[in-house]
Amino acid sequence: MSTNSTITNGRNAFSAFIDGIRDRWAAAPSWQRWTVYIMLFVIALLLPNESFGRFMSPYSDWASVLFFPIGTYVVLAIGLNVVVGQAGLLDLGFVAFFAIGGYSMALLGTELGLNFWEILILGVILSALSGVMLGGPTLRLRGDYLAIVTLGFGEIVRQTAENTDAIGGPRGIAGIPHPPSIEGVELFGIEIFKYGVLDPRPYYYLLVVVATAIIIFVKRWEKSRVGRAWAAIREDEDAAEVMGVPTFKFKLLAFAIGASIGGAMGVVWAGKTISINPNDFLFMLSATILAAVVLGGSGNIPGVILGAFLVAWLPERFRGLSDYRILVFGAALVALMIFRPEGLLPSRRRRAELAEGTGGMGSLGAEVPGPETQRAAEGAGK
Amino acid sequence: MRPKIARLGGVLAVGVALTVGLAACGGGSEPTPGGGGASAPTTLKIGFMGDLSGENSGIVIPPSNGAQLAVDEYNATNPKVKVEMIKYDSRADATTAVSLAQKAIKDDKIVALVGPAFSGESKQAVPLLEEAKIPNISASATNADLAKNGWKFWHRVVPNDGVQGPAIADFISGAAAAKNVFVVDDKSEYGKGIGDAVRAQLKSKGVTVTDDALDPAATDYSSTVNKAAAAKPDAIFFGGYYAGAGKLIKQLRDKGVDAKFFSGDGSLDKGIIEGAGEKQAEGTLIGCPCRIPTPDESDEKVKKFAADYKAKFGADPLIYATEGYDAMTTFLKAIGAGATTTETINDAIGKSDFQGISKQIKFDPTGEPSAKSIYMYQVKGGQIGLLGDTTTAKLG
Amino acid sequence: MFDNLLGSFWPYTIDGLIVGAIYGLVALGYTMVYGVLRLINFAHSEVFMIGTMASAFVVMTLGITTPLTGFALIGGLLLMVLVGGAASAGSAMLLERIAYRPLRKRGASRLAALISAIGASLFLQELFALVIIPQVFDRPQQGRNQMGVARIMDKEVLFTIGGAQIRVDQILIFVAAIGMMVLLDLLVNRTKIGRGIRATSQDPETAVLMGVDIDKIVRMTFLIGGLMAGVAGALFVLQFEVTKFSIGFLLGIKAFTAAVLGGIGNLRGALVGGLFLGLIENYGAAVFGSGWKDVIAFSVLVLVLMFRPTGILGESLQQARA
Repeated sequence: MSTNSTITNGRNAFSAFIDGIRDRWAAAPSWQRWTVYIMLFVIALLLPNESFGRFMSPYSDWASVLFFPIGTYVVLAIGLNVVVGQAGLLDLGFVAFFAIGGYSMALLGTELGLNFWEILILGVILSALSGVMLGGPTLRLRGDYLAIVTLGFGEIVRQTAENTDAIGGPRGIAGIPHPPSIEGVELFGIEIFKYGVLDPRPYYYLLVVVATAIIIFVKRWEKSRVGRAWAAIREDEDAAEVMGVPTFKFKLLAFAIGASIGGAMGVVWAGKTISINPNDFLFMLSATILAAVVLGGSGNIPGVILGAFLVAWLPERFRGLSDYRILVFGAALVALMIFRPEGLLPSRRRRAELAEGTGGMGSLGAEVPGPETQRAAEGAGK
Repeated sequence: MRPKIARLGGVLAVGVALTVGLAACGGGSEPTPGGGGASAPTTLKIGFMGDLSGENSGIVIPPSNGAQLAVDEYNATNPKVKVEMIKYDSRADATTAVSLAQKAIKDDKIVALVGPAFSGESKQAVPLLEEAKIPNISASATNADLAKNGWKFWHRVVPNDGVQGPAIADFISGAAAAKNVFVVDDKSEYGKGIGDAVRAQLKSKGVTVTDDALDPAATDYSSTVNKAAAAKPDAIFFGGYYAGAGKLIKQLRDKGVDAKFFSGDGSLDKGIIEGAGEKQAEGTLIGCPCRIPTPDESDEKVKKFAADYKAKFGADPLIYATEGYDAMTTFLKAIGAGATTTETINDAIGKSDFQGISKQIKFDPTGEPSAKSIYMYQVKGGQIGLLGDTTTAKLG
Repeated sequence: MFDNLLGSFWPYTIDGLIVGAIYGLVALGYTMVYGVLRLINFAHSEVFMIGTMASAFVVMTLGITTPLTGFALIGGLLLMVLVGGAASAGSAMLLERIAYRPLRKRGASRLAALISAIGASLFLQELFALVIIPQVFDRPQQGRNQMGVARIMDKEVLFTIGGAQIRVDQILIFVAAIGMMVLLDLLVNRTKIGRGIRATSQDPETAVLMGVDIDKIVRMTFLIGGLMAGVAGALFVLQFEVTKFSIGFLLGIKAFTAAVLGGIGNLRGALVGGLFLGLIENYGAAVFGSGWKDVIAFSVLVLVLMFRPTGILGESLQQARA
């Protein structure tokens, strides 16, 4: 028991520290907040610098790693967070939307010769549509049934691509065009709009801009009527329905938004990667992104970003351990869930929900447990 | 509004200052590339990229050993310019290959690369090497489309699947005299490619072809086996890797389907015998563009290579070991002849024409090898033995 | 298009039932844990993998080179099943102790438990690939390669039905799988521990008040689920004679699908779902080609759930039948 209490103390200290910062943050006037936002944006732009790279990624090129996996995981995790963290729906096939975005870029770019920006818009629309198509018939399912159906959807998308020769089958699609370059615009010696092959930094800047736009959108939604509806659904779907929240519509909206973020990332990613094939979209990626969301603190965007960063960066950083890094990663996931099951930076609202025993992160899927089922879910650990 | 903007400006200014500072730091510690060139014994770096620790490392470790052997032999002659080989373990993942290539170009400043080992990673990593003008020779990437990209710095020392597939198909319809063939692939980039090449060639010879596909990660192939049993074929061709091939052979034989079983270079591994069982695997025929030294080798050069290899690595040279050695030797010959920059090395490679261990090393302008022999191997008594060139080999 | 299916209807059916029986056995583990804890135990696929490894180890240690006959065969088979079952049951309990119980005690969410399960799954796979296969099986550098297992029984054809050969090993697997499930059904419905399991899955609070030791029930659930997966692993090795560190992944997803198809939480549903999935896969492959097998399996899952949102038999472990 003594170890247990030390752990608990440690957790409390950490939580208290985070809470302190949170309180400050909540009380800070808006100009201070904006200053911090802009600082963060500038830091994000400075990240690819080699002097960080030497420490952050000694085994492979830092700027490449920043684009994929780090940046890509961050955006995907923000998208999945809308579905899992905000609306409380468990999606195990999120990679499907990333694939749809990627294939949109590849097909529309090579077959129709559309340019990146046109495809970005089309890809977002297409993946949102596919989200609605998947959600329409399945969002009425409860809890874990939704989980397996989404998992199945992810596999259906991948294997259909693999079996369809018209879109390259297992060979996938090669020769995907890059975004149109604007030559000669230099910032700190980098041609920031020259989307070539060798320098990954322009793509990274593009990704930062896209990610910033997505974060702003998601934040706006979270604070609007939509966000409140999601929270209501997450906490108690039946009660929300009774109070007049059209739950199905809002769940569908969450699915569509999550899907379009996944799709947008797919387009951006395929715009850099030259060739894609179905094996880029394995189930493991869905699981990894979900791990990132939960690890960081589902429902809280800074937490989710932190989670995605760690999940993407740690295995790269410790490439030197070569084989053992995945082993360590697996063990670390278990340990982190044991010591901080609510995630590293949980959303306060979710934590409050959890403390009340009504949902919060306990709501695994569409099925939102009430006080009894919540405890049933934990197997009545008393 | 006004104070906000002012502060914003302040923040930006700080940001800019920071960046400039960092950029300056970065620039200052940049090592000087190539080092003037004139000063005597320098060391050039040549990379080797491929799946060195993943599931398909069985096909990549032998060529990496072969390349290492070539480098060690070269350095032992005490040349003016020594060579160091750096291994890049891509685990056959294209994204990893790209960032490793970036690192190899920017940080390690390699002058040449043996690899990337597989076709999938080649598709994404070679464009980088191309832009950086780094000559690269793959010892094992056999996808036919790779040569169609107009790459100037890319080469390979093995004939592609577009050569291998038809050669095996000719053998099936010729030496094995099959009229009805069941062709199955494993839905991988490689398996599907070679499977389709075999299908097309067989059909052009008027052979009846039935096809199917399977998932190499699955274990239960009963639906494929039932389909094969219903088709009553004289021969079965499997496009894919040895793990899938082994399981498929066993399940076919257990169902009483005893048509001759053929496969391509991806299945050329002892694992096929282990997976199928010695009894079931007997007689399996495997085509390969590779030249593997066999115990009853007559060629002195190949014999010496096999002996040196065994002495150094404690194992017999397996698939693509000779090709890895030859690929590296091509670079070493260029460097030995005085080429030290990437572009001069590439020019020298384009002109190379010598008898390697695996074949005559000479390249077409597209980077393909001029020698296009495909060899047929057969499982006999639990061992994979060389049957001969597909155009001349006979079935016993 | 359909003539292939009609022409070889019986072979497809028989093979579908055999693989379906194995799905069903593994599905039991998912369904029981879900019934009691409401947790998708992702690491159950690794519990199955450990079962195949343990049986493969038995075959290796016995040094079998030629197929066994008579009592030696029966002994060998029993040993495989026992060791496979024990290894899986043990690892399932260990998994519960390390990866799930601390979370349960802390009142953590099911989502956190799911991530813990994914982590444990990765850990176990890598543990086998990096340590156990190279060292225990003495295959250095080959931890990620497929392992062949020697044949321990002759696969004689006993009789044929409509052109389908029925082999002795197939009958053995089918009978063993169905037998295990009948035993489990009796255990859950007729014994005290079974009553405890049912009570906990219906209403843990009341179960505690009635004197049910929840921890013990959870342990038993993992033990039984693991045992079934281990037996399935042994039968799998008998049938396919191969294993690999990642063998559980695909089979685990299929078995979980089978559990959901039948109605997750429902023991008989696991069997029905397993057999149904096995048949659908094979029929679908016959019609559309084997490459479409998984697409068909998952599409049928979606269709079934649209019309029967709680699976074919419903979630009856938690409801009624007390």
